[in-house]
Amino acid sequence: MTGRQNTQSVGQVTPETLSVTTPLALDCGKTLGGYDLVYETYGRLNADRSNAVLICHALSGNHHAAGWHDEADAKPGWWDKCIGPGKMIDTDRFFVVSVANLGAYNGSTGPGSINPDTGRHYGPDFPVLTVADWVRSQDVLREHLDISVWVAIVGGSLGGMQVMQWAIDFPDRLRHAVVIASAPKLSAQNIAFNEIARQAIVTDPEFHDGRYYEAGVVPRRGLMLARMLGHITYLSDEAMRAKFGRDLRAGRINYGFDVEFQVESYLRYQGESFVTRFDANTYLLMTKALDYFDPAYATGGNLAQAFAPATARFMVVSFTSDWRFAPARSKEIVDALVDAGKEVAYAEVESDLGHDDFLLTMPHYVKTLRAYLGRAAAEVGA
Amino acid sequence: MNTADTPTRNGLRADLALISEWIRPGTRVLDLGCGNGALMAHLQATKQVRGYGLEIDPDNVIGSVAAGVNVIQSDLDDGLAQFEDKSFDYVVMSSAIQEVAAPDALIDDMLRIGHDCIVTFPNFAHWRLRLKLALWGTMPASRALPNRWYNTPNIHLCTVHDFEALCREKNAEIVRRHFVNHAHRAQAAMRLLPNVLCEIALYQLRDKP
Repeated sequence: MTGRQNTQSVGQVTPETLSVTTPLALDCGKTLGGYDLVYETYGRLNADRSNAVLICHALSGNHHAAGWHDEADAKPGWWDKCIGPGKMIDTDRFFVVSVANLGAYNGSTGPGSINPDTGRHYGPDFPVLTVADWVRSQDVLREHLDISVWVAIVGGSLGGMQVMQWAIDFPDRLRHAVVIASAPKLSAQNIAFNEIARQAIVTDPEFHDGRYYEAGVVPRRGLMLARMLGHITYLSDEAMRAKFGRDLRAGRINYGFDVEFQVESYLRYQGESFVTRFDANTYLLMTKALDYFDPAYATGGNLAQAFAPATARFMVVSFTSDWRFAPARSKEIVDALVDAGKEVAYAEVESDLGHDDFLLTMPHYVKTLRAYLGRAAAEVGA
Repeated sequence: MNTADTPTRNGLRADLALISEWIRPGTRVLDLGCGNGALMAHLQATKQVRGYGLEIDPDNVIGSVAAGVNVIQSDLDDGLAQFEDKSFDYVVMSSAIQEVAAPDALIDDMLRIGHDCIVTFPNFAHWRLRLKLALWGTMPASRALPNRWYNTPNIHLCTVHDFEALCREKNAEIVRRHFVNHAHRAQAAMRLLPNVLCEIALYQLRDKP
């Protein structure tokens, strides 16, 4: 049985576009005059429009979270393992909305779109966005879909940050906040990794100050290096050891600088395939949004105080092998929520792979979220 | 601790039903080692109690989530430094004190965090256990303590006398205490000779001002 016919798949999906003409004021001080939001939906909205779940994506994600666009697709949406009929996020019960963030690749308006003011690609002129900006734009989509309250907003990593921001900025618009493999702000180490990735991109001779679209080139090497670096941080030492060890591709050492170890080959493959499906300016934007996220900045570093407006119930999940956003970072979120007297549950899932575990289906992870979301569904009669 | 023949009362494990009677409605409760969340779920449903449960076992975490309890997966041996002084009306620890690495430090934390603490534990000085140790010279097992010495999670067993000595040492006031047998029933004689006759002891403690 292929994935397309699988009864646990949402099947073929078609993205929709909301063209927004109302300007969006951004944290950086600029305004986005008009913009498109591209999104997909899975499952059916119930009669009282109470069973809608919003999915927030991470660095390399977009609106295509589940199902297939057409027969030629090699892979389903990025979170297809977890979204579908009977899956962790059950489309038999929920109406799931997955939106591409502004600036995300191959989705909503971003640096690769044409700037109506100039008739050229935005490129470096696309404003630097924050998590709060994204959340404001997602709220425009909520309004358009005529959903007064999300039963849950779910996101992993950078997506989890958007979930927290929603709970703080629009407390009346969600019942449940599911924050997975995330952090209340990046550490210096996290920012350092992001900076190296950005430097790899902007120092690529084919970057052309971000105007490579017009030059008809792609800063391949820079983007590839950025992805290779990022990929290492998404995997645990243990997972890389188990997957590659010190295996040699040719079975022997060649005393040269070409690919010899399997792990080198794998990383190059990851980097190369990323270049074909991602945009360098988007990578810069996404990593900046990560770096800037710090809801406690406005409250003098007091995260509990930052959470004060939130009324949603929280479910926080971390993975033991995740060193990019380690369980201790999720515990900071949980402790702040407890200090603020909020409703919160927390699960620390035993895992092997690392940060990317949130995309997978370990039984403890799936059972915990199914139990949590099952109660959320029951609350709204879904 | 879950024994095979655990008695229940109104669908709730009997010792939890007893604890529940001690908790005032509308209060904030922290349940250390909350298991499948039965006590917290019961308190939330019947007494409008709010709070959190701490639990280490993944299956129990899932059970607690399914029961609608604010369960926080954590290891009691890591301490409770994250909780503020007097931030809960009650801190409850039911049949878990004998499983932690440093019971005395945990009692300190409980007294610091809670206005009141409720602690229950199996009494290792029960006459049947004494007799088994005296006659056979082996580590005794019982219905309340079913494991063998090498696989028991109960690494810090104590007696009623031991526990009260610890309370004196910690300057903790014993607000009330209750002694029951393995079926969680109290018998008159237990009040006279608790350290010999009770199998499970329940205490409510408070920081002495």
